[in-house]
Amino acid sequence: MSNQAILATLPVERRFPIWRVLGIVLLLFLAVCAVMGPDLIGVDPFKQSLMHTLQSPSAEHWLGTDHLGRDMLARLLSGAQLSLSLAALSVLTAAIPGTILGIVAAWRGGWTERGLTLFADAVLALPGLLLVLMLAAISPGSWWALYVGLSLTLWVEYFRYTRQRARVVLSEPSVESSRLLGFGPMHVVRRHLIPEIGPGLLTIAAFGAATAVTAVAALGFVSVGIRPPTAEWGVMMTQLLPYWREAPFLIFQPVICLVITVLALHLSVGGRKL
Amino acid sequence: MLQRSVFWSALAGRAVQAVVVAVVVGIISFAMMQALPGDSAYRIAAGRYGYDMMDAASADQVRTELGLDQPVVVQLVSWLGSLAQFDLGKSSVSGSPIAEELKTQMGYSLLLAGAGLLVSLLIAIPVGIMAGLKPGGWFDRFSLAASIFFRAIPAFAIGVVLMLGFAVHTKLLPVAGFKGPEYLVLPALTLGLGLAAVSSRVIRDAVSEAMSAEWRLFSRTKGLSSKLTLSRHVLRNAALPVVAYVGVQLAFLIEGVVIIESVFAWPGIGHALVHAIFGRDVPMVQGTALALGLMYVVLNLIVDLTCHGIDPRRSKTA
Repeated sequence: MSNQAILATLPVERRFPIWRVLGIVLLLFLAVCAVMGPDLIGVDPFKQSLMHTLQSPSAEHWLGTDHLGRDMLARLLSGAQLSLSLAALSVLTAAIPGTILGIVAAWRGGWTERGLTLFADAVLALPGLLLVLMLAAISPGSWWALYVGLSLTLWVEYFRYTRQRARVVLSEPSVESSRLLGFGPMHVVRRHLIPEIGPGLLTIAAFGAATAVTAVAALGFVSVGIRPPTAEWGVMMTQLLPYWREAPFLIFQPVICLVITVLALHLSVGGRKL
Repeated sequence: MLQRSVFWSALAGRAVQAVVVAVVVGIISFAMMQALPGDSAYRIAAGRYGYDMMDAASADQVRTELGLDQPVVVQLVSWLGSLAQFDLGKSSVSGSPIAEELKTQMGYSLLLAGAGLLVSLLIAIPVGIMAGLKPGGWFDRFSLAASIFFRAIPAFAIGVVLMLGFAVHTKLLPVAGFKGPEYLVLPALTLGLGLAAVSSRVIRDAVSEAMSAEWRLFSRTKGLSSKLTLSRHVLRNAALPVVAYVGVQLAFLIEGVVIIESVFAWPGIGHALVHAIFGRDVPMVQGTALALGLMYVVLNLIVDLTCHGIDPRRSKTA
C-alpha cells in the first residue's frame, strides 16, 4: 500500500496523545505476544486432532480449534511471530541502507545522487505490492523471497525522505558553521541531521511495518505468499473461509489480529508531521 | 507555448517510466523462468509434443532451437529483445496467445478500477466536504475515526467481511465471478471503501483550507451568499489537491485490483496474474504484470495532465 498516500493525509494540526499511547501499548502487547506467546502457552500450532475440529472456545482451547483440530490461539500467536518478525526485519533492512544512501546522495550530489535516484525511481515505477508479488514469485512460498521483496520495496521511502530533508539541513548556516569550526561529517550527521529526520523516519518505519504485515497476509490469502501448513494470518483466513457457517468466530480471529496490528502501528506514530 | 512543453515533458517522463516497467518486469520474469525447477528444455518439449511423444533428442533440439544452451546473459538479452518487439508469447498452461487474453482481462480490470474509483469519490466527496466545513466538529471527528479504522483493514479483509455479510449471509448479492452488473457491486465497494478512507481526509483538508483562505472572506465580504461562495470558489480550489491525490492513490488502486480480483474471482488481469504465479505460467505472469504496470503509467499520465488542466500555475513552479 502506498505509504506516501497515507502520510500525506495525516492530521497534522492536532495530535492525539491518548490514541498514540493506546497504539504504543497495543504494539508492545503484540510484540510481547509474538516473542513470548508461543513458548508461554506451549501448544504445538501444527498438532492436529481430527476428533476435535471447529470447536468453540473452551478451557482447553481458549480460542477454539480450526478445521483440522489445531489450537487457534497457538496458530494465531505463531502467525503473529511470523508477521511481526518479517515486518521488523524488512523495515530494518530497508531503513538502514535507505537512510545512509539518502545522506550520501544529499552529501555527494552529482552522479552519485543521480544514480541512486534513478534506482529509487525504478523501484517506484511499479506499484509496491506488485513488485513484492513478482519478487516473491521467483521462489514461491519462501520466507526469504518475501523478505527480500519487502526490503527492496520499502527502502525507497527512507532514501527519498532522507535525501530531501538532508539537502535542506546540509545547506543551513548552522551546518556551515559547524563545519567551519572543524567538525567532521559524523558530527554533522549526528547533531544536525538525525534530530531533524528521526521522527519522520520513525513514522515511515511504522507505516512500512504496517505495509509489510498487510502484504504478507494479502499474498498468503491469495495463495502466492507463505504456504500452508505454516500458521500465517492470511493463509488461515483462506483455510477457514469455507467453514464460516459452522464456525463463524474462527474466520474473524485472524482478521481481527491483522486489523489490530495495523491499527496499533498507525496509531503509535499518531499524526506526527513529516 | 508553456502548456505544450509541459505536455511533452510529462509524456517523456512517463514514457521513460513505461520502459523501466517493461525492463523490471522482463528481468523478474526471466529470473522466475530460471528459478523453475527441472530442465526447461524438457518442459517445453513436453508442452510441444506431449509427454508421451518427447525424448532426450527432442529436448536437445528444443535447447538448440531456443538457445537454452547459451549463457544466461545472452538468454536474458534475447528475452528482453522479444519483449521489446511486443512479443509476449503464449501461455504455457493454456497455449493461447497472451496478448489475446490480456485484451479481455484489461476491460474487466478497468471496469473494476473505474467503478472502485467512482464509489470512493461518491463516499469521500460528501464526507470530506461535510467534515471540512466544520473542522473539529463531531462529524469531522467521526469521519476521522472511521478513516483510521478503514485504513487499518486490508482491502482483502474488507472483501471477506462484505462477502460474508452481504452475499453469503443474506444472499442479496452474488459472491464471486462475473455474470452481470450486480457482480460488480461488492468488489467495487471493497475497493472504494479502502480508497475513500484516505481520500475523504484529503478532501476534508482541502475544503477546510479553502474555507479559511482570505479570498473566501473577500467573496463573502463582497456580498456572495455562503452557498455561492462554496460552489463557485471553495469547491473549485479544493478540487486540485483531490485530483492530484488520485495520482498518489493509483498505486493503491492497482494493488487493490490485484488482490480484490483474486478475492472475488473477478476475470481481470490481477486475478490472472495471481493465478499464473500459482500455476508457474511465466509468460502469463510477465504479460499480466506488464499490463498492470503500463496501466499504472498511463493512469498516472492522465492525472498529470488533468492537474495541469485544472491549475496551469503548478507547471511554472515545477
